[in-house]
Amino acid sequence: MTAIPASGERVRTRLPGRKPLVILGERALEILIRLSGFSAIFFVLAIFFFVFREAAPVLFDAEFDAKEFLFSTEWYPTSERNVRYGTWALTFGSVAVTALAMVIAVPFGLGAAIYISEFSGKKQKEILKIVIELLAAIPSVVWGFIGLTVMSKLIVDLTGAPVGVNLLNGGIILALMSIPIIVSIGEDALKAVPDSFREAAEALGATKLQMIRRVLLPAARNGLLAAVLLGVGRAVGETMAVLMATGHAVRIPHGPLDSVRTLTANIAAELGEAAAGSPHYRVLFLTGVLLFVITFVVNLTADMAIRGLRRK
Amino acid sequence: MSAPSDKTIVVQDLRLAYGTREVIHGISFEVGRNEIFAIIGPAQSGKSSLLRCLNRTIDFVAGATMTGTILFEGENVRKTRDVFALRRKIGMVAPLPVGLPLTIYDNVAFAPRCAGMHDKHELDGLVERCLRQAALWDEVKDRLGSLGTALSGGQQQRLTIARALSHQPDVLCLDEFSIAIDPVTTMRIEDVLKELSREITIVLVTNLVQQARRLARRTMFMWKGEIVELGATEVVFSEAPADRRTYDYVHGIFG
Repeated sequence: MTAIPASGERVRTRLPGRKPLVILGERALEILIRLSGFSAIFFVLAIFFFVFREAAPVLFDAEFDAKEFLFSTEWYPTSERNVRYGTWALTFGSVAVTALAMVIAVPFGLGAAIYISEFSGKKQKEILKIVIELLAAIPSVVWGFIGLTVMSKLIVDLTGAPVGVNLLNGGIILALMSIPIIVSIGEDALKAVPDSFREAAEALGATKLQMIRRVLLPAARNGLLAAVLLGVGRAVGETMAVLMATGHAVRIPHGPLDSVRTLTANIAAELGEAAAGSPHYRVLFLTGVLLFVITFVVNLTADMAIRGLRRK
Repeated sequence: MSAPSDKTIVVQDLRLAYGTREVIHGISFEVGRNEIFAIIGPAQSGKSSLLRCLNRTIDFVAGATMTGTILFEGENVRKTRDVFALRRKIGMVAPLPVGLPLTIYDNVAFAPRCAGMHDKHELDGLVERCLRQAALWDEVKDRLGSLGTALSGGQQQRLTIARALSHQPDVLCLDEFSIAIDPVTTMRIEDVLKELSREITIVLVTNLVQQARRLARRTMFMWKGEIVELGATEVVFSEAPADRRTYDYVHGIFG
């Protein structure tokens, strides 16, 4: 310890300055983090570019008809005499399977999220979360297998449908696959609502259900919407399970017991057969672009919906 | 059990423990009808915990165990069948405002709606009356539809007071309500409380001993989970209270 100078001069402790290397390191780290951020944009654009590049030549083909491609239900890519590439039935199949899956998955998924977050005890919560994560880890081919064997037999037995692999089967399988995502993201969203809201509401004499309906759900709205949309994304993009469970018939279904085919399953099943560079091959890539556009529109609407809600 | 009808709240040998740590060590007191009853004391003396026992919001704290009896209008609070109705009868204002993520209007209309009031006209009137009572109406009457959480801290606190009044409680508990409010507004709300005490009972926990002096008919001084002194406010704040510690605390030489 140095003695305080009698003259009253201020004694200043010198802090060691930062070394240039440390500053440089900091800069480098910042650039690295920025790069990883931008890489996400880069990869999305790159994927779109490559898919589109494979598909593009067919767009300029004189025989290609964009209207037929989008709105015709005639998908005869290997016909000898009259080749037709109409994807409407496939698009419809994708949308129908996804919609059916969501009708099942959203109530169950959000219900489970609310139960885990608000009603279950500590130990039960841990167990449920682990099991649900386990459910999310089941490979899609296993789900497809379940659809093909167990579910299909069950559907035939219960409904008397001629075939068990159909829209209903695919919808149920997809619902089971999306529920874990909806539950875990939804539960995170509910967990993010401060406890003070719950207590304030209940201190005002609200019952638990009133608290959940009037305070918790509005507060967690954006997160819950995100959970549902991630579920939709999972369902739209899923390939193997729907390929095995939906029956793979190109047609507009008249009911849940009709077989359908989805855009994804169609690509997976036919790309291996199509000669590289052939019109069939290119149209399949164009189907990929269509899928891209569909998911993009879904995400964009979601984003705008969330923004709109926030503004309100 | 003969509960005198002029007593709103009767507390007998109340003990409260968080886990194994007892924070209220068997206290007994009574609160009369339509009086302003102040509870003062240093931090950690169990004042807020006591308030939370009254309307059973202590239930939210995991591991809290309450023994003894609290009678509210002759009914045992610990064994009440309808805790939701109890909480409507005993309103609570927390020290830091918790604006529910709803509009100003919906914040105030929340409790009445939960209690089953849905008539638009009736609700409008009630919301306006509560906001007026909380001295907030003039500032928010043109933007009842905007988010309650967008208000300033002091306004949010008055919003919580309006909300606590919205279910027309018989008892209003305020836990250091003036922590986030400026002195002028505090005085306005104090006037409101005096006004309200004609109709309802007010239990006021406060760190501002002068606030207790201004408002309360009787004051209770708590320290370390026990009642040091309970008596008429004039006596507690006089030069010769019953307990030396009361004098020291009230005069700021506690230590």
